[in-house]
Amino acid sequence: MDTLQILFFLLSALAIFSAIMVLVSKNPVHSVLWLIVVFFAISGHYILLNAQFLAIVNLIVYAGAIMVLFLFVIMLMNLNADTEPRKNWWMKLAGVVSGGCFLMVMVSLVRQATELSGKAALMKTGDIGLIKNLGKALFSDFVVPFEISSVLFLSAMVGAVVIGKKD
Amino acid sequence: MPIQYYIYFSLALFSIGIIGVLTRRNAIIVFMCIELMLNAVNLLLVAFSKMHHGIATTNNAVSTAGVEGQLFVFFIMVVAAAEVSVGLAIIVMLYRNTHSVDINFLNRLKN
Repeated sequence: MDTLQILFFLLSALAIFSAIMVLVSKNPVHSVLWLIVVFFAISGHYILLNAQFLAIVNLIVYAGAIMVLFLFVIMLMNLNADTEPRKNWWMKLAGVVSGGCFLMVMVSLVRQATELSGKAALMKTGDIGLIKNLGKALFSDFVVPFEISSVLFLSAMVGAVVIGKKD
Repeated sequence: MPIQYYIYFSLALFSIGIIGVLTRRNAIIVFMCIELMLNAVNLLLVAFSKMHHGIATTNNAVSTAGVEGQLFVFFIMVVAAAEVSVGLAIIVMLYRNTHSVDINFLNRLKN
């Protein structure tokens, strides 16, 4: 077992443990902090796959901007006391059972897919994830969706201001 | 690393997100679980793009196949950022009107 595999399993275990901690934390602030740990682990996976641009963007956009927005809203509404009402235990059990059934069905589907056998994701090599190649593709083939996404951001900004305005 | 390991890992994260959406009642935590599911899908897209690139470079050493998958992840991040800004504004309005972020209060939208 070489270093890449050890790093892969270490990051996967960290991400799954933190994702479970997001669910079981009573305090929403702790959930946000555990979710930031998940995002760091996923960025580590991107670096292992040599997708360096996406690793940095994931840290800046998700762990930087979106999580700060979540923390800001939680602290604005003073939710850090555990004010969540009790849900019936059989409702929780039904949710866990249905999620587990989904996982079981999909795993068994992947196990018997013959198309996937012998395929491997290229790690540590391959330079399509570098910012040079992604930028060339983004500004030549994908320039129309890129401009449309700027219009989407403008409409989201206007929508957030209109919804959040005190009338 | 075999592609199956990435699929299992992403499925585990996605299922944890589904369980969170189904079991928690705090609207903000439901929202965070949706972000978790989006990230699982992003990781799987990057892994498949590297798999595709690895197959394409065995035939043609200068191929740039697989760039589309990583750009798709970029656009998913763009849409997620827009979605979070509008969704958190809706949650703030819900809290301002009901003094709670319990998602069961959203059934007042019926009448």
